[in-house]
Amino acid sequence: MAQMNMIEAIRSAHDVMMKKDSTVVVLGEDVGYFGGVFRCTDGLQRKYGEHRVIDTPIAEGGIVAAAIGMGVNGLRPVAEIQFADYIYPGFDQIVSELARLRYRSCGDFFSPVTIRTPCGGGIRGGQTHSQSPEGIFTHISGIKTVMPSNPYDAKGLLIAAIESDDPVVFFEPKRIYNGPFDGDPDKPGVSWASHPKGEVPEGYYTVPLGSAEVAVPGEELTIITYGTMVHVSIAAAQATGVDAEVIDVRTMAPLDVQTLADSVKKTGRCLIAHEATRFGGYGAELAATIQKECFYHLEAPIRRVAGWDTPYPHAFEWQYFPGLKRVSASIRRVMEAE
Amino acid sequence: MIEKSRLQIPRPTARPGDEPDFSYLDLSPAGAVDKPPIGSRTRNVEFLSSGLVRVLDDNHDAVGPWDPGLDPTQLQVALRWMMLNRAFDERMWQIQRQGRISFYMQALGEEAISIAQGMALRAGDMCFPSYRNQGLYMFRGMKLIDMMCQCLSNTKDMCQGRQLPVMYHSKEGNVFSISGNLATQVPHAVGWAMASAIKGEDHIAATWLGDGSTAEADFHHALTFAAVYQAPVILNVVNNQWAISSFQGTAGGQRRPFAARGLGLGIPGIRVDGNDFLAIYAATLWAADHARRGHGPTLIEHVTYRGGAHSTSDDPTKYRPRDEWDSFPLGDPVERLKQHLIKEGHWSDDKHGRLEKELKEEVQAAWKEAQKYGTMTEGPWLDPATMFEDVYAEMPQHLESQRRRLLEILAED
Repeated sequence: MAQMNMIEAIRSAHDVMMKKDSTVVVLGEDVGYFGGVFRCTDGLQRKYGEHRVIDTPIAEGGIVAAAIGMGVNGLRPVAEIQFADYIYPGFDQIVSELARLRYRSCGDFFSPVTIRTPCGGGIRGGQTHSQSPEGIFTHISGIKTVMPSNPYDAKGLLIAAIESDDPVVFFEPKRIYNGPFDGDPDKPGVSWASHPKGEVPEGYYTVPLGSAEVAVPGEELTIITYGTMVHVSIAAAQATGVDAEVIDVRTMAPLDVQTLADSVKKTGRCLIAHEATRFGGYGAELAATIQKECFYHLEAPIRRVAGWDTPYPHAFEWQYFPGLKRVSASIRRVMEAE
Repeated sequence: MIEKSRLQIPRPTARPGDEPDFSYLDLSPAGAVDKPPIGSRTRNVEFLSSGLVRVLDDNHDAVGPWDPGLDPTQLQVALRWMMLNRAFDERMWQIQRQGRISFYMQALGEEAISIAQGMALRAGDMCFPSYRNQGLYMFRGMKLIDMMCQCLSNTKDMCQGRQLPVMYHSKEGNVFSISGNLATQVPHAVGWAMASAIKGEDHIAATWLGDGSTAEADFHHALTFAAVYQAPVILNVVNNQWAISSFQGTAGGQRRPFAARGLGLGIPGIRVDGNDFLAIYAATLWAADHARRGHGPTLIEHVTYRGGAHSTSDDPTKYRPRDEWDSFPLGDPVERLKQHLIKEGHWSDDKHGRLEKELKEEVQAAWKEAQKYGTMTEGPWLDPATMFEDVYAEMPQHLESQRRRLLEILAED
């Protein structure tokens, strides 16, 4: 075991897989010589060469499309889109090509591409460097959508994603690259060193896609969340004194319904927390699923706490972000409801 | 002198009721364009993108440096494939008109491109076609009956009813799956070619798109990636003058030829007579050798004409002169190869007529057989529950439960 932050864990996942499987290649803007703007691919080009760690032109549509073609020709590409906010030029290639290729060719052609992309706010990124567009991708059949909340899961899930013959869009909440974040920007930053999930094996292991995890067990309330909001939710539960069970979804699609439903059936109350905008968001799918699976166990309406339905404003980041105060208030409301 | 800015609205030279006018096409006489050595620097071959590489002249002779010197048997084989492509299209068009398939797209007038390029490439080279390259699938071994069953979405459909007619795929033949979204396959071909080079193999990729589709960002991504990495790929722009009702000027064809689209990136472009089997074959061989020997991509523009409607859903008499194809200065590719073979003493009208009849019968026999696997009105039918397969490598739980639900609903009927 080693202490790793999320960046080191992601880099280690690449390293393990590139060593294990010579068909794994990495491509993206600034990923090669420089090692990525967030350093997730640092050192890989020196180790594996320019033919396997490829600096690309600034054309996300081209990155995704070239990765698809490489995948069809037997490689296992890991493409980095520098910010999730930049993924849209590649959207048609993801939706109409990557997600559909296996289906439309009845399995004769497929392309096992993993697209990694940093998402989320809390880094003073403004509207074009802070978005959480995961809900747009969970709506697309044919791709898997993943978002880890800690270094251990990040490495295990990324290895599972690279090994998967299905395309995976892998969101990395960049606010927690260097340490967990409880939603209070005024507190000093915390590193992963003191967090149990900052303990990461140096070698190969996987965290299976499609499995949620009980991050913190509890009896009174279930908080269903993922990414940065796992840590905010845990902090809010502590702040309110509610014995909440916090579920880290980890893979948004396909969803591990069982783990979620088991928890809500036990607690009878459910809060859904995500950083992405609320309307038509992924939380609505979670709420509908819980309503269907757990209706007769519910003691209160399911609530959502999410980003406001506006673009991510640069100067009002902490008023926008569903931080400690808002999550705590939502917890209280779910607990007070009869 | 222009005194204020005005949009120049591109307009074709002729609309319905007008005399066809192809004076806008820059033509070179057959044999007039030099053939540079493989690996020439792009700046030394710029003339290839503005001239027109032609081999067959107006007297049906093969002339000039691009004559590939194919033997008569090879040319007869080529003619047969082109005629089969045409016979197949003609029958499938009728079948659609009879309401027995939902949709069809023919390659009328463009048959030389798929067949010549299929013949010039090696079997291990990967093709990323557009929807008018059915000749490639045929040449690469797809049986007529399998193509028909795809168009019928019947029990023998390779796509299991998931794709519109004509959107074939052939893993065995190394011909990619057709998308329906335009130009998306072009950067795939570049990525495939990059992978070939990464793996140290000598296979190349080839891809096709129409003049209209060159406006898509995917085409420009493909050019950029191909140029940056010198990927072993041939990018083919089939300029058939029309993208449904939009003439090639709407995609920018009036300013510079499509063959010149890559010059700014250092990609050599060859503008070729797209109705001249020999010229296409020779240009493709040049580009393939260029790519295989590590000199990178080539862009080939095929100057041709869409002889028929865009698809069975289209009526071109609404936007172009009815008889425009008759005036197209580059003629009909099947007729030109036929006349060349006759002139060389290796073919005759009689043989041609007999082959036409034979191919028609071959197509009809395939159609008769194809219908046994189901038609739009008669079974056997595909199992609708198969729609849940192949979304993922393994069926996830939510699809499994939706599949069970569908089966319950179907059982109620």
